[in-house]
Amino acid sequence: MLAKRIIPCLDVRAGRVVKGTNFEGLRDVEDPVTLARFYNDSGADELVFYDITASAEGRGIFTDILRRVASEIFIPLTVGGGINSLADFDLVLKSGADKVSVNSGAIRRPELIGEAAKRYGDQCVVLSMDVKRVGGELRVFARGGRDDTGLEAIEWAKRGEASGAGEIVLNSIDTDGVKRGFDLEMLRAVSEAVSIPVVASGGAGCIEDFITLFNTLPRVDAGLAASIFHHRTVEIRDLKARLRAKGVDVRV
Amino acid sequence: MTCIVDYGVGNLSSLVGSLRHIGEAACVTAEPELLLSADRIILPGVGAFGDAAERLFSSGLAEVLHRAVEKGIPLLGICLGMQLLFERSLEYGEHRGLGLLRGEVRRIDEAGGFPYKIPHMGWNSLKITRSSPILRYVKEGDYVYYVHSFCARGVGDALCASSEYGCEIVGAVSSGNVHGTQFHPEKSGEVGLSILRAFCEMKGGVS
Repeated sequence: MLAKRIIPCLDVRAGRVVKGTNFEGLRDVEDPVTLARFYNDSGADELVFYDITASAEGRGIFTDILRRVASEIFIPLTVGGGINSLADFDLVLKSGADKVSVNSGAIRRPELIGEAAKRYGDQCVVLSMDVKRVGGELRVFARGGRDDTGLEAIEWAKRGEASGAGEIVLNSIDTDGVKRGFDLEMLRAVSEAVSIPVVASGGAGCIEDFITLFNTLPRVDAGLAASIFHHRTVEIRDLKARLRAKGVDVRV
Repeated sequence: MTCIVDYGVGNLSSLVGSLRHIGEAACVTAEPELLLSADRIILPGVGAFGDAAERLFSSGLAEVLHRAVEKGIPLLGICLGMQLLFERSLEYGEHRGLGLLRGEVRRIDEAGGFPYKIPHMGWNSLKITRSSPILRYVKEGDYVYYVHSFCARGVGDALCASSEYGCEIVGAVSSGNVHGTQFHPEKSGEVGLSILRAFCEMKGGVS
């Protein structure tokens, strides 16, 4: 059977890894290549890199880093941030990404999902969703959690799947950075609505949060986190040993 | 020197990078002379079987690969590259493969009522069914990274490792100097690198 995946996420700006709380107050942590090597050696199953630089110059630095990571880390790499066109897909795939994550670009132009899936395969297209509760509804937000799109999360997830997305990363803005556990309610709603893999993101604060995630929601395939790994609050090796002891199948 | 067959499919940077990482000289080429003088050949591949097979046959590379195998050059097919080694595939129609190994390629969930998600994507553990030179450093239960919706069937005793995913997934095959992995060794961390290292330690020779 497939192992549940543990995925550290690296937000990269101007060549450095940053991570904020509720998307604000970004802080520098470490060099992305060093950090990627550290995670690979610690047993991470996949790495996600988000390019949070908006400029063309920043994009050049980012793809440079991606190339360096891909030349020495041999586990799957997912790349997101500023993916708006097939040309953007092409650039990061050529720089070493295995999967490409779309968010605001797909909200602006939903056809992007289908076009990319057709050209590169479903397995290559990840739909990343930033979701927040608004008046009792699960609402999709764009531009790093700043704009309420009015889209309902379940509908958007289903539409993404139907268009050819091979995986969904569900980030709860409500729990992101709070470190009191994943948003189980939101994850349950989305993972039961689609049949593609769902990656849980936002809210992990300790090892127990991952145990609760996988034991409560067997349909969730992976857990993603950033700062708790960057700050070594949680060591991936310890996390996997504990998960395995609790009956969760992980790669060790 | 290990030659990677260049027939216009997929991104080969991880594969080239992983070979360099283990200290193996690698070149990506479609030149028959280079391929036929290689120490080893890797047939990579992502995408659709029909397309890829057509490219191999129309370019003459299919024949070059047959001659290379007759010369005793070790050949490793990866993912779609492994599937192409078999006789035929039923991926969107019926397509002829290289026929270097007995067996065919079918959809993983063709039986119907399949309980799991397709594609089979992620880390799965290997059950070793027979010793193979490419698995000499691999232990029972080691995890490897898969991404595929079709899989090999009826491969007979070429099977050397499999994974469980609602059915038996053919993970690795070996027969003489022809080898294949359905998973991606260049994306399977240390285990994957050890498989590439084992392959690169193989010596060719006239069989």
